[in-house]
Amino acid sequence: MNPVKRAYRGLEAWFNLSFGPEWNPLYNLGTLAFFFFWVVLVSGLYLFIFFDTSIAGAYASVEYMTHEQWYLGGVMRSLHRYASDAAVITILLHMLREFALDRYRGFRWFSWFTGVPTLWFVITLGITGYWLVWDELGLYVALLSSRLMDALPIVSGSMTRDFLEGQLTDRFFTLMGFLHLLGQPVLLVFAIWIHVKRLSHVRISAPRGLAIGSLAALLVLSFALPAESHAPANLARVAPVLKLDWFYLNVYPLLDHWTAGKTWTLTLGVTFLLMLMPWLPPKKTGPAAEVHLEACNGCGQCADDCPFDAISVRPRTDGARWSHEVVVQPNLCASCGICVGSCPSSNPFRQRGKPLVTGIDMPNYSADDMRTRTEQALKRARQGAPRIIAFGCDNAYDASRLEPRGCAAVNVFCAGMLPATLVEYALKKGADGVFITGCRTGDCFFRYGNVWLDKRFEGNRKPRLRAGADRKRIRIYRGAETDGARIDAAFDDFRVYLGTLGTDHADDGTRAVEATHEGA
Amino acid sequence: MKVPEVRRLLLQGFNYALFMAVVWYFSLYPAHRRLADDEAVITLAFGHTSQRVEECRTLSQEQLNELAPNMRTAVDCPRERSPVRLELTLDDEVATRMDLVAPGLYKDQGVDVYRDITAAVGEHRLSVWLNDDVNVDGPTYRFERAIELQPAQRLVVTFDATRGGFYLK
Ligand code: HEM
Ligand code: SF4
Ligand code: SF4
Repeated sequence: MNPVKRAYRGLEAWFNLSFGPEWNPLYNLGTLAFFFFWVVLVSGLYLFIFFDTSIAGAYASVEYMTHEQWYLGGVMRSLHRYASDAAVITILLHMLREFALDRYRGFRWFSWFTGVPTLWFVITLGITGYWLVWDELGLYVALLSSRLMDALPIVSGSMTRDFLEGQLTDRFFTLMGFLHLLGQPVLLVFAIWIHVKRLSHVRISAPRGLAIGSLAALLVLSFALPAESHAPANLARVAPVLKLDWFYLNVYPLLDHWTAGKTWTLTLGVTFLLMLMPWLPPKKTGPAAEVHLEACNGCGQCADDCPFDAISVRPRTDGARWSHEVVVQPNLCASCGICVGSCPSSNPFRQRGKPLVTGIDMPNYSADDMRTRTEQALKRARQGAPRIIAFGCDNAYDASRLEPRGCAAVNVFCAGMLPATLVEYALKKGADGVFITGCRTGDCFFRYGNVWLDKRFEGNRKPRLRAGADRKRIRIYRGAETDGARIDAAFDDFRVYLGTLGTDHADDGTRAVEATHEGA
Repeated sequence: MKVPEVRRLLLQGFNYALFMAVVWYFSLYPAHRRLADDEAVITLAFGHTSQRVEECRTLSQEQLNELAPNMRTAVDCPRERSPVRLELTLDDEVATRMDLVAPGLYKDQGVDVYRDITAAVGEHRLSVWLNDDVNVDGPTYRFERAIELQPAQRLVVTFDATRGGFYLK
């Protein structure tokens, strides 16, 4: 396996140890970034009350907050800085994650492609922030930014010289204030909105435990090592040593050695290369889901479950007695198969002896194929005792690796593709147990596959696993490709446990679901 | 895999501490050193539009008649401007030398100059010359001055033809 992915999985496991899957920060990078932005927003609003947006008064107003009002203004300033830095770390980890787990290509190109400019908006927002302090660092940022701007063909004249000649009017500084306080944040919100536009059920709020922990950590840091300014800006001086915020100002030191043109070439080059990454090399997405209206009653469950917002509900077009139907937008479809697991018509107890037609299906791996493969697996499993069917998915630990331990495996695209009724079917048709793997809990290659599976099996989301199904004989145990040993052990444990339950259970009445589902 | 509650909290605390340590450290360090303690900066910064490569000429009536009707203007001014060449020396050592072609599609725009030159603190002899006219050999402007640089000082050397050439700020 690729070493970046292996390392990333190791890091994830480390955090699972201390935070558990629900609070694992690596499963919450998006929501954590939002959380840090909230801290930045609230502290920023406080700073705005006391900040003097004139070039003459800016520095003193920040000094006042930092020193006279250290217990509140100073803390707010520190929170503002440190939360901004924490957001950058979170975003970089978010990028690393999508890259390491190969979640940036194929149907995901849009999220990656729009993420890169979003990062630009974040960084430039930080740059104007440092400018506003109007200390030696602010002057440095102003002068070097001007050199960068002068190198662009859009500005005539020279901003840098205007600065040096002291013609930096209050109005220009006020413009920076406006950009930082309003213009850039609005742009950023807009960019993030575009960034997640192709996803559904986007989580915005961080888990409470993680939010409280992060805020507490930021507060401790803010009291222990408060943010401070450099000496006031002075045009007749060059600060020999600057304490740079490398999260935001990393490009500027290049200008000590390079021309502005060369610096632009590098930063724009890296930007374009990043934006092109989804095609270097490209990844093929399978064929889109297809709707079969003859088996669709328009319940809309698939549209609600689709993690990529590829399904919409519209008024019925075929004259059937239902009021609605669904339609798939093929260019948005990730070919995850989750909608097949959502559709009540994917019930394998229906249409026995003829091909199973469900409301929404994958052309290259249909509900009927799943039923056939399960039946074949049941035949294979009959040799061993107890007879176990292992369902796995294509993006996590490969369930077929469990076969030598005593089971027959059926892999599907995503755990969420597995109809709950197919599990009942396997048990009813002679399996003593069903072992279900899939991506690590809290993580899913297709975002919501294992989440929906859990909810369906817990009875919290349609289509539910029927209460009649023998839960004791179903075990869900998940893991990534790197979790082989853990999964093997869990499987062995399950097999031993099934041995204690006995194999005399077929048609014992608790799983007689056939009659109620037939023809549904 | 069950980790006892206290150990879990301690591990979380450790992770938060590590995270905050990274946040704090890279928000300030490694510090960026731009100058040694005994250095200063001379900033050469100005904009200038150089002389035309060819003089404007007044066309005679015959010459005008040869041109297409929409091109008939009495004064013909070729737009191209001279390159700007300059040299700044500090105590007889060349600190910077430039040969700048006038920008623009027709080489008719003014040049922008910006250069930071690091120099040792103390007394120096600063001299600059500039040529902005291809039809003249040697400097069209000259400037010489004894200067004394303080630690971390920024001395701006600028130029304005309307003020007679170079001056210090
Ligand atoms: C302000 C910065 C950013 C924020 C707040 C942000 C937030 C988010 C959120 C909330 C999601 C949805 C995650 C989910 O619910 O599954 C997401 C997805 C994604 N982001 Fe970002 N993001 C940011 C920057 C970036 C950058 C810089 C990149 C890469 C260049 C990136 C790449 C992606 C990708 C590829 C996905 C798709 C994940 C998926 O389909 O499961 N993001 N982002
Ligand atoms: S296959 Fe996945 S992405 Fe495509 S429509 Fe179904 S749920 Fe949506
Ligand atoms: S879940 Fe099935 S029945 Fe419901 S709208 Fe989707 S395709 Fe139709």
